[in-house]
Parts: sequence; C-alpha cells; structure tokens
Amino acid sequence: MNLAAQDIRHNLGRFTLTALGIGLLLMIVLGMGGIYRGMIEDALVVVDHIGTDLWVVQRGTRGPFAEISRVPANLEHRLRAVPGVASARPFVAHTIQREHRGRPLRITVQGLAWPEDKGEWIQLLAGRRLAQAHYEMIADASLGLGLGEVLRLGKDNYTVVGLTRGMVGSGGDGLAFFTVPDAQAIQFDLPGEATRLERAARRHRAQMQDLGRAQPGLLDRGAGPVSGIPALGPPLVSAVLVALAPGADAGEVVRTLDAWADVSVHSRSDQRDLLVRGLIDKARRQIGLFTVLLVIISTIIMALIIYTLTLDKVHDIALLKLMGARNRMIVGLILQQALLLGAIGYGIAYQLGSWIFPRFPRRVLITGDDLATLAIVVAAISLLASLLGIAKALRVEPNQVLA
Amino acid sequence: MPPDLDPTHAPAIAASRLSKIYGRGNTRVVALDEVSLTVDRGEVVALLGPSGAGKSTLLTAVGLINPPTAGQIAIGGVPVMDGDRALVDVRAFRRERLGFVFQKANLIPFLTAVQNVQIALEINDQPSRPARRRALQLLDYLGVADRADHLPAMLSGGQQQRVAVARALANRPSLILADEPTAALDSRRGRQVMELFRQVAHEQGAGVLVVTHDHRALDVFDRTVEMEDGKLRPASPPTQTPAPSPTLHGNQNES
Repeated sequence: MNLAAQDIRHNLGRFTLTALGIGLLLMIVLGMGGIYRGMIEDALVVVDHIGTDLWVVQRGTRGPFAEISRVPANLEHRLRAVPGVASARPFVAHTIQREHRGRPLRITVQGLAWPEDKGEWIQLLAGRRLAQAHYEMIADASLGLGLGEVLRLGKDNYTVVGLTRGMVGSGGDGLAFFTVPDAQAIQFDLPGEATRLERAARRHRAQMQDLGRAQPGLLDRGAGPVSGIPALGPPLVSAVLVALAPGADAGEVVRTLDAWADVSVHSRSDQRDLLVRGLIDKARRQIGLFTVLLVIISTIIMALIIYTLTLDKVHDIALLKLMGARNRMIVGLILQQALLLGAIGYGIAYQLGSWIFPRFPRRVLITGDDLATLAIVVAAISLLASLLGIAKALRVEPNQVLA
Repeated sequence: MPPDLDPTHAPAIAASRLSKIYGRGNTRVVALDEVSLTVDRGEVVALLGPSGAGKSTLLTAVGLINPPTAGQIAIGGVPVMDGDRALVDVRAFRRERLGFVFQKANLIPFLTAVQNVQIALEINDQPSRPARRRALQLLDYLGVADRADHLPAMLSGGQQQRVAVARALANRPSLILADEPTAALDSRRGRQVMELFRQVAHEQGAGVLVVTHDHRALDVFDRTVEMEDGKLRPASPPTQTPAPSPTLHGNQNES
C-alpha cells in the first residue's frame, strides 16, 4: 500500500492547489531560462542566417552589433578584388521608431544587397521576397504589419510584400528587410527644411573660399544633393559581408584585410561571441542571478509546504511508529509526496508555459536541455525540501499518539 | 528451561520492580514505584485506579513506548527492557508481538477501514494481497466488514474502535495493551469490545492488559489489579463470575 498516494487521494484538492502553486513558481523558473535562450536566439538570428564568412567593419570597431560602424559602400568592390573572396555585399542595420496606427512602432531596418540578396535566406510565412530595387519590404510578424500594408518611412511609401517570423534584433524589435538603398534612404532621411539649410550652408562655405569664388560651378554642386558632390563620396554602410570562395584560406584573407588601414575583419564566430558575451552578457547574468534566486525561493517554499504536510501527519506518523513501522516507510511517505509534488509542479509548469510563453512580447525559447535541467533541479529541490519534513518525522515519538 | 523463559509457556508480561521517575530534585515525580506485574497468556487483566495513579505509565512501559527508569520487563519470555536499556529492537518487537488499542481509535484518516488494518500487516512485511484478505477477515470477525471501504470519518465511534481492535489483532500479537478502549463508547458497545478482548485472548492465547475506569464490565475480566500513587494494590474480585477461561492463572506481585 502506498501511503503517500492514499494521503494525496484523501487530500486531493489541497494537494492539487499546492502543486498548482509550485507549478506556477517552476513555470517562472522555466520562463527565465526561456527568456535567456530567447535573447540569445534573437541576437544571433541575423548572424546565423545571413550566410556570410567575414564581417568587414570600420577600423577599430567591433561591428554594427556592438557600436556604430561606418564603411563606404564602395568597399564591397575593393573586397571583391581580394583573392579568396567569392562575393561581397553591403550590410545596413539601424533601429527606427515611428507612430503607426496611433502606437509606437520600433523597427530594426535591415538592408539586403538586392538583387544579389533578395532575402532567400529568410523563411517566409506569407507573400514573396523583394522583387524590385525600391519600395518593398519583408516584415517580421511581431511588427504587426499585414501583407500588402503600406508604411510611410521618410519620404517614401513601402509595401509589405512578405511576412516572416522569429526575426528580431538583439533589442527584441522586429526586423524589416529593405534593399540597401532604401535602408539608407530611411536612415539618412532628413526633413526638407534641414536639407535646404544644409545646402545653403554648403554654398555659403564654398563662397567663403577662393576655390568657390574662382569656380562658380562648385557653388551649384554644393547646393545640390549630397550624391552630386564627388568629394563627399557615396553613402556609408554599416559593414560589408564577405563570402569566401570554396577552398579559400580564411586566415590568408583575414591577414590581407587586416593590413588595410580603414577596416577591421571579424569572423562569424567573432560576431556570435561578441553578441553573446558582450551585448547581452549583463542581461544574461541578471537573468541567471534572478533564476538562482527563484530556485532558492522555490526550495524554501517547497520545504515549508512539505514540512507543513508533515506536521499535519505527526499523529499518524507517531501511530505508524507505535505499530513498529520502519523509518524507511515514514521517510518514503514524505519523500514520495515531495517528489510527486515536484513532478506534478513540473508538469504544470511545462503545460502552462507551453501555453503562455508564446504569448509573451519577446521570444521565450524552451529547449530540451533546459527541460531536462529543470527536471533535475526539481528533483534536487524536492529532495532538499523534504529533508526538513523527514527530520521532523524522524523526531516524532510513538508516545505522541497518546497526547 | 525455566517455565518463565520458555516461549511457549512464559507469561505474556513479566514486569519486575518497574520504576518510572520524572524530573529530579524538588520536581521529582514517581509515576511507578517498583511495580511488578504478570499477565499470563490467554488472560485478560483490568488495570484500575484513579487518574494519575500511573496506569498509563505502566501500560506504555510494558508497551515499549516509554522506557522505565528501573526494573525489568519480559514479554512472552523474551527479556526486552532492563531499566531504561532496551534489550531488543523495540520497534521490531512492537511490530511483531504487541497490539495496541487506545481510548480514541487513532485510525489513520486517509486510509479506509480495511487499509487501517492492512497497514499493520504490511508494516510487519506481509504482502499486500494476503494482508488485505486477513484484514477483511478480521473486520468480518468484528462485525464491520460492510464498512471495510469507508474512511474513519464515515464510521461511528463503535465501528472505529472495532477497526482499531482489528488492527491490534492483525499480527496475532502475544500481548494486547488497551488504554481505556471503551471510554468513548456507550455501555453496550463498551461491553462488546471488552468481550471481544476476552474472546481473542482465549482463542489466540494472547495476554490482554486493559486500563479502564469502566466498572460496568469488570465481570468480563479474568482478573483486576488496581494502582494508586504508582503502586499496585490488591483489587476487589470481579462482581460477577466471568465466562469460563482456559488460561486464568495469572499472578500478581504487589509492591
């Protein structure tokens, strides 16, 4: 006869409520781990999926994920000439915030080197990839945009032609993919008045110089668009992505590019490390500490519950001892209840979490490893928590039946 | 082998010069004062006396629940206590040789009537199925088989006490100790329980020591002993002649 099972059956309502409480607590522990995994997954989604071997960024910087990086867009042409480089394409990424349907909408703008990169690596839920050089976008579902919806960004309208899912930046903002020129237009968009003031300032500066006075044509160019001024060069991009040719020696390519004075080179694993250890490290440690605290609190609460359940049975335990029950039967009663409470709590945590976590605003990723780890932690918590109750039960004297 | 040490003939209880002292100095209380008592197999003995006389202390001492301060106890011919020193594994001894019944039935509330009896057998290493069969037989013997699957809360006081008696009998103990088992019962039910003890003692050859205040059923007992101030003293003979008893040959060493 299993005394633990009989006791639970007799106090089913109370036991169920207790297990539910523990389950909710464990769900939070599971969720904290899931938030951490989600943060890593979100941070790495672009690095892992964009399909590049090397990130060429502004000299002395760690790349666009860590800080502002500006390299000239024509860097890609120089890179294509390096032996071992199969292809090079610009990378543009920046976050904007606009009002949309009366609510703030934060978008991480990602530039695709169209037509070489139409977003083939992006998994679409609906719609299609970018089919033209301008005014189209692929949006992550978390942005809440519908297929065919038109969004005004800067001075242009962009139509959502494709929808994807799970593509968010390290800050948790949904990604939207544009062509590089469109991404730059959104990034460098200035109000008309600001443009007019800048052009007037440039014309004024040119008029103050001998060169400007001697060559009136320069005055006209200074008052025109930025792209019309050769000395200022083409617009800047965040980085250039390099794919190596099959069989190319990556070390040799990196050594070549390291010799260039204006750029730094990072491998894909460098960028992953940078994101995991740098950008989200503090958040990771914060979540880790919070999770440890939750585990400790869960242990204490479980210990108190098991202890209380044991106190309720002191008379019965004394009676069992009076009848000659061995300690293993009494320890088994408490331990089995603790483990069952933990197991049911774990099941509730898993079921509730599976239902609730997908509704969270940021990704909560529960992996098999995390579930296995939590199962081990719950077993350990249950064992630890039962110690207090077991210690109490072993101290119960059979003559307490007479009390 | 002397008769007292022969397990087949030895008395159910042979307690010699038992003392139990609580506290020390000014707070010293003598609960048992060199009490000697013998209860034979098949004998049903009533232990009478006012509150505080030391009846329950004596019962718990011979029940290996509350060790004496001094004296010796042998149960079924096996020396079990020498002073406060246990000579056997007391828990195992209680499991195999003793049965207890209390004023309250003390049934485990989350077990049914049959499970409350069955657990005593399983504690004594009986497999579950045979244990359940015997538990049902005992409940049938005690007339509560129809309540076998009811929880204690669903049983009357008398029914609960019968289940408690069934539990005490489960492992065929050589000694049954009962502490005011009829206090919570009406006179008819109380008498039934006492008669049950007598029947069991005579049928199974178990010694039965019953602490009681209930003088209405003293005729059921083979013998009565009285306690006062921690000492045994001669008791009045039963008011009625008890039913024929095959093993009525207890002796009593008074202090």
